[in-house]
Amino acid sequence: MTKTPSQTVGPYYAIGLSRRVQNELVPPDDPSAVVLRGELLDGEGTPITDGLIEVWEPVERRWGRCGTHPVDGRPGGSFSFVISIPEARPGHAPHLEIYVHARGLLKHQRTRMYFPDELDANAADPVLAGLAEADRARLVAAREDGGLRFDIHMQGARETVFFAT
Amino acid sequence: MSEIVLPDDPGFGPEVQIDYPGYRSTRLRAPTRALVTLPEELHALDGPVFGEDAIEEFDGDLTRQHAGEPLGERIVVSGRVLDEDGRPVRGALIEVWQANAAGRYHHIVDQHPAPLDPNFSGGGRVLTDKEGNYRFVTIKPGSYPWGNHENAWRPAHIHFSVFAGAFTQRHVTQRYFPGDPLFAFDPIFHAVRDPKARELLISQFDLATTTPDWALGFRWDIVLGRGGAGTTPMEEPAS
Repeated sequence: MTKTPSQTVGPYYAIGLSRRVQNELVPPDDPSAVVLRGELLDGEGTPITDGLIEVWEPVERRWGRCGTHPVDGRPGGSFSFVISIPEARPGHAPHLEIYVHARGLLKHQRTRMYFPDELDANAADPVLAGLAEADRARLVAAREDGGLRFDIHMQGARETVFFAT
Repeated sequence: MSEIVLPDDPGFGPEVQIDYPGYRSTRLRAPTRALVTLPEELHALDGPVFGEDAIEEFDGDLTRQHAGEPLGERIVVSGRVLDEDGRPVRGALIEVWQANAAGRYHHIVDQHPAPLDPNFSGGGRVLTDKEGNYRFVTIKPGSYPWGNHENAWRPAHIHFSVFAGAFTQRHVTQRYFPGDPLFAFDPIFHAVRDPKARELLISQFDLATTTPDWALGFRWDIVLGRGGAGTTPMEEPAS
């Protein structure tokens, strides 16, 4: 059978996709909790204020989503999650799987986020090893204010690496 | 119009053209570099599974979420979720959102001067059953103008989001109504360049689904990719 084609989420997905706070993969008071912040940016570096970021941690099976519309304490174009650094499958570095949805994306896009303190594991990770050095660096979060920062660039000189789905 | 709707091109197959120029918002947002292919065992990762606790009363009936009934043509929207081999995908979470009968979304950004309906929010969710069936009751959404180009109007549609067992089966699309005169002018619809694949986005009127004296019925099946080598058919949803 032929797969059903994709269409964009459009700007109004929040009606169907955000009934409750879903951006906490672990409770904020969990000892392992780490705050992850980032921005979703278009090809001119302008924040995308109607995007949706979904995060999936496949080993411990934690999932969350966060819209990039402006809310109290968070400007438009940005997202935040409470995560913990997950276990890694053998031979791989710990990472998060990320899906990006937005108006203008006729199909959602998949990327991955790796952790900056996992130097040895990152060096041995087979997915990172398959990328050019500049692309590898773009998939590793930065340390910021005691938490992590990971920006997603849809286009431009710093275009994020996206994976086929 | 030629820049808005490009000629059919079956070479694209069922894949949407992500940088389709007629849809203006793609210009600064669609990735420009080739997508990286992951090894098969990482590609076919398990995804999140949602159970009955994701669903609340009336999530599957958008006409009963408020004190009164919404205005508009009441409809039943149903079908099956299948994989490419025709196997039912059970326990899949389907989330939907749509405009009201007047073509207005219950959303702060939507400023189209059509009336809001105090009895219609336009959001719902259900899980598929053992045969992959889903069913919503809602009202038929209206068409609405948008700023993409001069005199641009969207064909009536309901947005669908699906979580199935495998991460790569995550799917988001829009389902349309048969015979919509706006199909010929809509760049989002035509971003699927293969006319046969575009047909897969259109629901069909179905008399057997139509509830006598109550609601017209429309059928629409969703076909996802395979779960992958590492994925068995989905377990029963967690209770």
